[in-house]
Parts: sequence; structure tokens; C-alpha cells
Amino acid sequence: MSSTDLGAAAKPAVPSAAGGRGGAAGIPFTTIIVWALLLSAPIWLPLIGGYTALASRVVVMGLVAMALNFLLGFTGQMSFGHAAYFGLGAYGAGLTLRYVANSTGLAMIDGILLGGVLGTILGALICKRRGVYFAMITIAFGQIFYYIAYSWDGLTGGFDGLRGFTRQPIGIGPLVIDIQNNGTLFYYFVLAVFALATGIMALLLRSPFGRTLLAIRENERRARFLGIAVDRHIWLSFSIACFFASTAGALFALLNNFADPTSMHYTLSGIIVIMVVMGGMRTFWGPLIGAAIYVVLQDYISSITVNWMSFIGLLFVLVVMFFPRGLLGMIKARSAQ
Amino acid sequence: MLQLVLFNVTNGLIIGAFFVLMALGVAMILNLSNVINFAHGNFLALGGYLAYMLVPSIGFWGALIVAPLLVAALGFIVERLMVRRVYNRDPVYSLLLTFGLAFIIQDVCRYIWGVSGLPMTIPDSLSQGLSSDLFFITGYRIFMMAIVIVSVTGLFLFLRYTRLGTRIRAGTLDLDTVAALGINVRLLRSLNFAVGIYLAGLAGVLAAGQIGLNPNMGDDLMMPAFIAIIVGGVGSLTGTLLGGLLIGVASALTTVVMPSAQEAVIYVIMAIVLLTRPRGLMGEEGMLT
Repeated sequence: MSSTDLGAAAKPAVPSAAGGRGGAAGIPFTTIIVWALLLSAPIWLPLIGGYTALASRVVVMGLVAMALNFLLGFTGQMSFGHAAYFGLGAYGAGLTLRYVANSTGLAMIDGILLGGVLGTILGALICKRRGVYFAMITIAFGQIFYYIAYSWDGLTGGFDGLRGFTRQPIGIGPLVIDIQNNGTLFYYFVLAVFALATGIMALLLRSPFGRTLLAIRENERRARFLGIAVDRHIWLSFSIACFFASTAGALFALLNNFADPTSMHYTLSGIIVIMVVMGGMRTFWGPLIGAAIYVVLQDYISSITVNWMSFIGLLFVLVVMFFPRGLLGMIKARSAQ
Repeated sequence: MLQLVLFNVTNGLIIGAFFVLMALGVAMILNLSNVINFAHGNFLALGGYLAYMLVPSIGFWGALIVAPLLVAALGFIVERLMVRRVYNRDPVYSLLLTFGLAFIIQDVCRYIWGVSGLPMTIPDSLSQGLSSDLFFITGYRIFMMAIVIVSVTGLFLFLRYTRLGTRIRAGTLDLDTVAALGINVRLLRSLNFAVGIYLAGLAGVLAAGQIGLNPNMGDDLMMPAFIAIIVGGVGSLTGTLLGGLLIGVASALTTVVMPSAQEAVIYVIMAIVLLTRPRGLMGEEGMLT
């Protein structure tokens, strides 16, 4: 794949936890702002007409978008089938709560493993191709799981989706945290998982492994000449992206107490990609911002018109034609001047 | 039993024919412009709906000729206005663009013609079965196969013997050199896009006569089209043709033995090809990007 695009490719983005100037103790500015906003969301969101479940949705979609960005923005490989692993996480969690045990923790672990392991297995095949063909293969393999969820009525509830499970309160020693009925507590539970996941991602990106991924993104041929096992690194990156996507999926099932096949369809994969691009695909926090814009916009548009698909389609076209760098990417480019 | 097998094989051949029409259109655009047209299935639906509107005034035969041409013209305009702007960018943008177009076209179809299915009238002369035993082999099905065979042959002859076709093939191999020889590559890509969309429109009219119309009618053909291209090999139209036929026949034969695996079998074929021959059946070595 030739790395022609936008001139942005010429500048190797530094994979520190975020762009922008460094704040106190070397923590980047953007990171501080993002966390301040996230932690205080239940306080300020109702004031501007939002609700806590919406914030949970933003964080969950933000996590899957950031997971994809690990592959798309920091390894330079396009997956258009990431909804599949998101959906597998959701079904893994849902099926566990429904049939196995009333345990939120077990549900999370099962969801993460289901999506992550299956993604890793398929990734071995997927990483053999590049560019648009990588994208095509990821879509095609992703659809397998959609068809399975769709047609295995007895287990998954088929087209109507999997119902009949509710997230359970979690207990740490004698302490019981009631995330089942208290939406705000659940939001902080989601945020805690999000913090852990994004923290690991940031560490991985700062490590030699993360730098190698950037090298592959910038110039695969040169990386190969340097003796880097390119296919294996892309495979690993794909696998990591799948594990975090299924983490988000498991949270999504807990959030809605519901999982359905559309959460695996390639339509959602495309939406995840647009979140990443809209926020800025070579920035760390961009995908979260893109997810916030998308979730809020969709919530609003679908409440005023049934033709929301046209608006979303128009959003795709406008972003591609006029804002290809995304919001954070634009801010970064401007401050670099 | 023999009747059942024949029934499924007929179905499979027809499905395979649609796979081929779809896949060839997607592959033409992909090979020359490196763009995956996600909206291809929606152009198919548009072709069907346009034919539906045209049938009362110019009849089925007229619609069969005019509707695909109209869709191709629309494709030409879309390419000129939007798709060409993303040619030199990261491929993620062309994917997102056609993805957005797919959303828009689908929603517009739904808005104009409604969500529920619409029937399309076909000439009486085509709707009869061959005999009471072979009632499922209608004249229309034979007619569809004939049209597909004629148009695919026509496409290959066009690419082989016309000046435009030769240029498209040359551009697929090395667009820069073709441009350096003084050929208008921009126009070439627009026309090539239109030819690809024409195939989708044609498939749409044919499908409308068989299964009726609905806004999502092309969606189910997108994945098989992708898989046909991957199985057949990148950059080879002959490979795409073979890939389409292979998965069509395979899914038909699977239907006889185990109907529920009909969807699964084409993915299994893709996985086997990727494992044993990553470049695809007819793909050239080195064209790994």
C-alpha cells in the first residue's frame, strides 16, 4: 500500500498518550481535559439536557473506536469488520448472564475472550493481505458472525436479539456496588474499564512494540528490510484491537441488557470507522471525540426524523470531502504551525 | 429427489449469475481505481426501481435497456462529483465515501418507494414453466441466464477488442504509464465506473423480475461479490468470473445436502483460498497490495 495521503502521512505522529503541549508532570494537556470532562459528566451532562446512559454509550463507543484506531491510526491497516468483535463481546457477556451465571465479572471476561480469541484466530488469515483487500477480508469474515447470530435462533434469539438478562451488582469483598439499578454507578464502572483499557493501549503505543507498529504504518517495505516481522506485528495489532473491541462490546451488552445481530453488521463497522476519522485517526483521543459527536448527533437526529440514515450518509460524505483529518487532527495540525 | 436436486442447481446457477454480475462490476472499479464501491448493491436496487417506474410507459423490454443506462449515467455523475476526489488519498476515505452513498441511496429508495416489497410485472411469454414437472424452470429464469451470459461475454469482448476496453485493461496494470501516453485517465476512470454501475443496474432489473423490489435487495449480494473477487484473485477479471461461479455452484450444491450451511460454505471457500493461495486463484504474484 502506498502511503499517499494528505501530506499528514509525512509527519510521523508521536504516539504519546495525546498530542498537544505537555501539562503537569508530563501528562499531555488533552488527556487532562478529556479525563476532567469524563469524570464530571454525571454532573454537567444533565444541565445541558443529556442523560447518564448517553454518557455511558459515548464511552463504550469511544472505546471500540479507540480500539479500531490502534489498528487503523497507529498500524495503518483498515479493518471494516470490527463490529463483529464488538458484537461477539456483547453476545459473550449476554449469553453468560443468560445461561451460565449471574456474574457481571464473568460476563465481562467471557465477552472479552470470545471476541478477542476469535479475532486472533481469523487475524492470522487476514494479515496476509494489505490495503483495500485487508478491508474486504475483514468485512467478509465479520459477516460470518452476523449470520451465525442471525440464524442460530435457539441460542441467540435470532433477529429479535438476545434478551432476558440483566447486569448484576458487583461485590468487592463485603462491599456491594449496585451497578444494576444505579445508572451513575454503572457509568463509573464503564469508565473504570475504559481507563484500564486505554491505559494499556497508551503503554503499548509507547513501548518498542508500539514504535514498531508506527514504523510499519509509515513505510512497510522499509520496516521489512530492517528485519521486522511485519505480518506478525500486524496480526498482533489486529488481535489487540479485537480484544479491546470486544471489551467495549461486553460493556454495551451490560449497558442495554440486550444484544442483537445489528451490533455485528458491517454497517456498524463503517460507523466505527467514521467515528475514528471524524475525531482524528492519528490522534489518541480523537476516536473518543468522534464517538461523542456521532452518538449525540444520532440520538438527536433519530428523534426528529425517520430519514436519519440520509443524514448519517451525508455526514460520511461531508467528513470525507471537507474534514478528512478529523477534529483533533485539525487542531493538532494548526497548533503545529 | 432428482427434481429437488435440479431445483437447487437451477437456483444456484441463477444466484451464481447474480454473484458474477455484481462481482465483475465491483472488480472493474476496484482494479482501475482502487475503490471498493460499497454502494454497488444500492445502485442495483436503484436499477430495479427505475425499471419498475418505466415498465408502464415503455414496457419490460424497454425498461431492461433504459434503466441500466440511466443508473450508469448516475454513476458517471457520482464519480465526477465525489468519488474522483478521493483517488489519491488513503483508501479509508473512498470506503467511507461509498459507505455514505450507500446509506443515502438506500434511504432515498425507502422514502420514494416505501419499505415494503413491490412486485414487478414480467411479460407473460416469460412467466410459464417448461413443463409440469419442471415448473420451476420458468422462461424468465432461462432468459435471465441468457442475458447474463450475453452481457458477460459482451464485457470481455469489449475489454479485449475495443480501444476503450484496451485502455481500461492497460490502466489496471499501470495507470501512470497510460496517463503518460496522453490518454485522458480522468475520463477513463469515469467511464469505467459507469460500466461497473451499468452491470449493477442490469442485475437490478433482472432481480426485480424474479424476486420483486425492496430497498435492501442488493445488500445480500455485496459479501458474495467481495468473496468472489478475493477467491478469484486480485486484478484478474477472469478470476472474478471463476470465483463468482465457484461460490455460486458451491452454495447451490450445499443447499441440496445441508440447506443451513448455504451461507457458510462461501466463507469456508474464502478461508481455504486465503490459507493455501493468498493471492487467489488467478491473482498474480506480487500484487499483494
